Amino acid sequence: MSAVVVTGIGVLAPGGLGLEPFWEGVCDRRSAISELTRFDTSGFPARLAGQITGLNPAELLPSRLLVQTDISTRFVLIAADWALRDAKVEPGTYTDYETGVITSNACGGFEFTHREFRKLWTTGPAAVSVYESFAWFYAVSTGQISIRNTLRGPSGALVAEQAGGLDAIGHACRAVRRGTPMMLTGGADSALDPWGWAAQLSGGQVSTATDPDRAYLPFDTDARGYVPGEGGAILVLEDASTAASRGAQNLYGEIAGYGSTFDPPPWSGGRPALGRAALLALEDAGIGPTDVDVVFADGAGVAELDRGEAETITELFGACGVPVTVPKAVTGRLYSGGGPVDVAVALMAMRDGLIPPTAATAKVPDSYRIDLVRDAPRPADLAHALVLGRGRWGFNSAVVVRRSPRLGSETP
Amino acid sequence: MNRRVVISGIGVRTPGGGDREAFWEMLASGRTATRTISMFDASSFRSQVAAEASFDPAVDGLTAQETQRMDRAAQFAVVCAREAVSDSGLDVDRVDPTAIAVSIGSAVAAATSLERQYLAVSHGGRDWVVDNDAVSPHMFDYLIPSRMPAEVAWTVGAQGPVAMVSNGCTSGIDAVGHACQLIREGWADVALAGAADTPITPIVVACFDAIKATTPRNDDPEHASRPFDRSRDGFVLAEGAAVLVLESYEHARARGARIYAEVAGYASRCNAYHMTGLKTDGREMAEAIRVAMDDARVGPGHIDYINAHGSGTRQNDRHETAAYKRALGDDAYRVPVSSIKSMVGHSLGAIGSIEIAACALAIDRCVIPPTANLYERDSECDLDYVPITARDARLDAVLTVGSGFGGFQSAMVLRRTTGAPA
Amino acid sequence: MAAMTLDELCHLLVAVAGEPSAEVASTDLADTEFTELGYDSLALMEAAARIAQEYGVRIPDADIFEMRTPRDLLDLVNGAPGAGDLPAPVAARP
Repeated sequence: MSAVVVTGIGVLAPGGLGLEPFWEGVCDRRSAISELTRFDTSGFPARLAGQITGLNPAELLPSRLLVQTDISTRFVLIAADWALRDAKVEPGTYTDYETGVITSNACGGFEFTHREFRKLWTTGPAAVSVYESFAWFYAVSTGQISIRNTLRGPSGALVAEQAGGLDAIGHACRAVRRGTPMMLTGGADSALDPWGWAAQLSGGQVSTATDPDRAYLPFDTDARGYVPGEGGAILVLEDASTAASRGAQNLYGEIAGYGSTFDPPPWSGGRPALGRAALLALEDAGIGPTDVDVVFADGAGVAELDRGEAETITELFGACGVPVTVPKAVTGRLYSGGGPVDVAVALMAMRDGLIPPTAATAKVPDSYRIDLVRDAPRPADLAHALVLGRGRWGFNSAVVVRRSPRLGSETP
Repeated sequence: MNRRVVISGIGVRTPGGGDREAFWEMLASGRTATRTISMFDASSFRSQVAAEASFDPAVDGLTAQETQRMDRAAQFAVVCAREAVSDSGLDVDRVDPTAIAVSIGSAVAAATSLERQYLAVSHGGRDWVVDNDAVSPHMFDYLIPSRMPAEVAWTVGAQGPVAMVSNGCTSGIDAVGHACQLIREGWADVALAGAADTPITPIVVACFDAIKATTPRNDDPEHASRPFDRSRDGFVLAEGAAVLVLESYEHARARGARIYAEVAGYASRCNAYHMTGLKTDGREMAEAIRVAMDDARVGPGHIDYINAHGSGTRQNDRHETAAYKRALGDDAYRVPVSSIKSMVGHSLGAIGSIEIAACALAIDRCVIPPTANLYERDSECDLDYVPITARDARLDAVLTVGSGFGGFQSAMVLRRTTGAPA
Repeated sequence: MAAMTLDELCHLLVAVAGEPSAEVASTDLADTEFTELGYDSLALMEAAARIAQEYGVRIPDADIFEMRTPRDLLDLVNGAPGAGDLPAPVAARP
């Protein structure tokens, strides 16, 4: 079986428009968490978010697409454009059925649909946009990417809250293994309109802190919830042999393994299944825990969940047995965009031999027994990274990223 | 690994029928369940017809607490999952929970609850900045609908891969296809796979009004869903759900399970053409059909029945007819084709799973369900659509297809199960 | 109600459907096919819905699928019997 390699990356996330600027920001611990400015938040207990600023979609997408898309779909379309440009796939390299799209989405085109709900209930059914039927639904990103880039292969959309982005990558990887040589995958979300904001707050885990530097603190003794963000990333996955034969210039690394599990019912008292997802991913990649050089943790920022994840990590790797980091501390949690951004960051970490820090976390409880990379990037020779994601209600997903042989000195 | 996958349990909730058997009885009789919308006053809407399910969560065994916490679509999914497990005879306590997967599809998921919530927090729509104090603690579940497969997983304690496949109107086929891949490739031995949608709520009716996709035949609701008929003028919105128990063939055989059918082939493609429009040539659906048949190792000559997408819009039925001719050649004129949407309406993401259930039952019962309301031939739809009356037939291989917004085109082949190795 | 001008129609189309995808001289615009301008049936349905709201003219469904050019659309709006007769929109009341 040929390997599945990442040959193009488009990141559009708080703190960085594009892969390189985003990676620099993560290494510099530049937090993009700030006061939510999209509407008057005075009636809300939480007012901090990871927002994308400085992006003008009108410069990047045709106006025919702007009228029919939610902000989250624009993010995905732009990230896909960037990823494809990065991959430099010459037209005609693949037939239309040899290229597909699997994205993850958690909230749909929520701000767009909020406006249409409002038009319906203030003006009447005739005021509802012709675009609402598809600007809202969860498959919109996949469909719009497919149309814009003429990708006609196996495609789909997955929802699993914050774990969904890794699921999309994992299933795109399997699609390549089954014989579709190129897949676009990833995801992005945005629900920073007033109703979307209220909906996110209703989940009960959003941080109500007012200091942006102390609001989202994964694995910190002062963990107090998460800060929602927007944006995400799109990756180009290719079969390694076809990528080599077309002379692909960027080989960021391999998607080497993927596993997903579900926790036992919350009332059963059973043990969470994150560790088993990690083991499945390692097995899929043909490696064991000792081969893992860094863990990109889910980092919920909620004490109970952080403790559970720390336990899982120490069970797999031993006490302080592997460096752990949560670069999403600078963006907030991006739902479907979270996993793809983490995978992109893991690939950059391997390229530069640098583990990015967990920005704001100051004090990790001793009982967690994890080696959390804080304060500054840590130089390290990285051959394998394990990326973890958890979605509310029990979803666990894990992806193993392997340094591409061409980029490193050793072969796996 | 490429293991065979079989259907060993079926649970269905659709308009016009209380459970799986009532659903099948209705299909076989050719009755329709399309009526004037009663769930809200639809008199200001262009299309006022829908197929509503008479669904009572208490009668279907949901506790008050379950009913309170779950959106209507999730309720449908959980009830169907329980019916399917019961039908399969599977003792879930004796199956390794880590070997049980869940794959549930939905197009608009918690739309009904979202709209109710919206009105509660926006003063009936007047306020853009909503009242945070009025928000339900369940609103997060409605915002992010992976709560639905989670509920299904909890009902059987599944700890294998759990997914929500949300590909619009092909979600129901694709969710089952996704589960099949999980079993084939060894990630699970058993899967609860299906889909649910309960979209009969003003915002969704307005969505389809806006693009004139639903029928305006308000004066004759019982005959409003008219797939392949010359006078067809749009689909009829519906609610419903179906969940199947899928197992690896070995797993089902080892426990002596009754097998309805084998899921022998599956494929999906995108048209990359338009979010709602279809080209007339059916090229991408034909490709999905061709690949699904290859996957199932059958040719056009083996197909005994096609369960059509048959939504009853002008463009769909023409597109689909072209796709059959392209994929099956002359056999397209031989194979009976029917659309159960003529009876149960179009429940968006759910209908694909409901149609797979119909196909499995058709194989099991040796009956082809008819296309109701098909009286007038259309020159662009010139195949055998099994009008009005069900037909007895032994079915060894059945094709079911779906087509949806975003350009998704999916196809699945079911086969009568034989003991012979595939 | 006052007749709709070509200029008003163009503004309305841009507002509901975006800029035309082809560069067309303003003198030729009225007779350029919608397909060439990049306006699909959705764009035209949205335009018709907006015209009904703002000008009180309801364009029958069949005509929406038949019209080919901005001039066709203008003729429908300005020649439509019962222009201005449309009742005020009613909010949905489930």
